[in-house]
Amino acid sequence: MLTLSAIRINFGGLQVLQDISLAIPKRGIFGLIGPNGAGKTTVFNLITGLLAPSSGTIEFQGRPLNGLAPHQITRRGIARTFQNIRIFKEMSLTENVLVAMGRQARYSALRVLLPSASLRAAQHREHSEAKELLARVGLADKSEILAGRLSYGEQRRLEIARALATAPKLLLLDEPAAGMNGAEKQQLMEEIVKLEENGLSLAIIEHDMRFVMGICREIAVLNFGQLIAQGTPEAIRANPDVVEAYLGEENEVDSASVKNLS
Amino acid sequence: MPAKAGIHLRFRWQAKEDLDSGLRRNDSWKVDFDSTVSQAVGLEPRIVGYQSTSMEWIETFWATYSTLVLSVGTNVLLALSIYLTLACGLLTVANAAFMGIGAYTAALLSLHSGSPFYLSLLLGAMLPAAVALLLGPPTLRLSGVYLAMATLAFGEIVRIFLLNSENLTGGALGLNGIPQHTRWFDVVAIVVAALYTLLRFAGSRIGRTMAAICQDEVATELMGLNVRAYKLFAFVLGAGLAGLAGGLNAHFTFFISPSEYGFDRGVEILAMGVLGGTGSPWGAVIGGVLITLLPELLRGLGDYRPLINGVILIIIILYSPKGIWDLTRFLQRKPVAAAN
Repeated sequence: MLTLSAIRINFGGLQVLQDISLAIPKRGIFGLIGPNGAGKTTVFNLITGLLAPSSGTIEFQGRPLNGLAPHQITRRGIARTFQNIRIFKEMSLTENVLVAMGRQARYSALRVLLPSASLRAAQHREHSEAKELLARVGLADKSEILAGRLSYGEQRRLEIARALATAPKLLLLDEPAAGMNGAEKQQLMEEIVKLEENGLSLAIIEHDMRFVMGICREIAVLNFGQLIAQGTPEAIRANPDVVEAYLGEENEVDSASVKNLS
Repeated sequence: MPAKAGIHLRFRWQAKEDLDSGLRRNDSWKVDFDSTVSQAVGLEPRIVGYQSTSMEWIETFWATYSTLVLSVGTNVLLALSIYLTLACGLLTVANAAFMGIGAYTAALLSLHSGSPFYLSLLLGAMLPAAVALLLGPPTLRLSGVYLAMATLAFGEIVRIFLLNSENLTGGALGLNGIPQHTRWFDVVAIVVAALYTLLRFAGSRIGRTMAAICQDEVATELMGLNVRAYKLFAFVLGAGLAGLAGGLNAHFTFFISPSEYGFDRGVEILAMGVLGGTGSPWGAVIGGVLITLLPELLRGLGDYRPLINGVILIIIILYSPKGIWDLTRFLQRKPVAAAN
C-alpha cells in the first residue's frame, strides 16, 4: 500500500530519521511504536507531505508522493489525525466534518451563487453524510455543539470522523487513545478494528502497548530515528533490542507502557 | 440623457457646497426640484402633489447627505474587501493601494479615453485584481505581521508610484475634473451584489473552508483543500472589490490624489473589518457603516470628536474582540448552548 525506501531526514545537523525503509500493508493494522522523540510523528509528517525527506522515496499504491503538496497527498487517499489535536474548535461538529468533505462536494463554487432546489438537495445530502460519519464515531447526538466543548476523548474521535470524511484509502492515527480512559480505549479499539474490516488500511502510532498489541498485525519499532525491529506483536514483545530501548529510556517512558510490554 | 444627468449632479454638488457654508439651502434644492419634476406636474395633480412632498424630502436629504451616503457605500465595499482576507486569517493592508489602483485606472479611462462609466469601473476592478494575482503567490506564503509588513510595503510602492508618475497620474496634484458619474443606485446595486455574493459564499463550503483556514491552516490543508488557492482567491476578489470602491469613489469626489490611498486609509479599512467582525460579511457592513458614521454622529462634540471616536472604538474592541458581529452570534448561540 505505502512504502518508504531509505528515508533520511536531517534537521540541521540532527539526523531525525536514518535510512528508514518500511511498508504499510493494505490489510492488517500497522503499528509504529518507540520511545518519545524516536521520530514516529516525523514519519507521519513525511508521508502526509508536511515535511520533505532529505533523501529516499515514498510510494503510495505504486506512485511516488515526493514533491506533492499535502492537500494533493490527501486527495490521493491518505488521511491522518494529530498527536496534538487539531480540530476546528470554533465550529460545530457537523461543520468540522463538512470542511473535510469539501473536496468531494457535488456542487461547484459558482452554483453556490444561485439558490436552487438541486443545490439545496446536494447540501442536504452533504449534511446527512456528515451526520452519518459522526454517528460512526458515536458523536451523532452532539453534532451541533461547538467542537471546543467536547472532552479530550471525544475530540480525538471527531478527528477520526473528520479524517474519514476525506474518503481515505489509508488512515494514519497519531496516538488516538492518548487521554482516554479504559472504557473509551476499549470502544476505540473496536471502532478501529471495524474500520479495518470495512477495507480501510490503517497505521497507528500509540504508546499504550495493550492497545497496539491488541489490534495490530504488524509492528515497527523506532528508536533514535532508526528502525530497530519489525514484526508480529509476539516477535516484538520478545525482541531484546525493543525491551532494551524501552528500559534504557527510564526517564522518558512511563512505567505503564513498560509494564504493558512485558 | 447622460449630459442632463451631469448637469443635474453638478447642481446637487452646488447645493451641497451651499449647505456647507450654511447658506441658501432651500433655494438650491427647490430650483433643482422644480426643473426636474415640473414636466410630470399636471398629468396627475393629486398624485404628483403627494410625490412632491416625499420627493422634496428625498431631495433635501440627498442634498445634505449624498456625500455621506456614497461614502458609506464605498466604505462598506472596502470593508467587504478586507473581510475576505481577514476571514482566512490573513492580515493584509494592501486594500488601500488596490483602491488607489482602481480609482486611478477608472478615472484615467473616463478622463482620457472617454470610456463608458461601467467599463471604467469594470477595468478599475480588474487591474487591481490582476495585480493581486501577481502579488499573491509570493506574499501569501507569509503569515501574521510579516504578511502585514509585505503588503504595507506594496501599498507604499503604489502610493509613491502614483506620486511620481506625473505624466500619467498628475503626481501630487492628483487628477482633477473626473466626471461625476456615480449615482446612488450604482453604489447601492454594487454593494448589494457584493454583499449577496459574499453571503452566498459564506454560507457554503467556500466560507467554511475560509473559516477553517483561519482556525488551523495545516489541518485544513490535510483535509485535501488547497489552502494557497483559497487564500489567493480571497486576496484577488478582495483587491477587485477595493478597486471597484476606488472607481466609484473617484467618480463622485471629482478629484483624487495619491495621499488618499496611503497608510491612513489602509488602517481605516482594517479598522472597519476588525471592528465589524470577520465572522460574517454582515460584520464588514456594520464596520463600514460605523466607521463612516461615527465621526458624523459625534459632530456635536466639536474638538473632542476624534478623542471620543477613538474611545468608542477601543471600548468595542475591548468588549468584543472578535468584532461587533460576534455579539449577535453570541445572542444567537445562547439558547442553543442552554439546550445542550
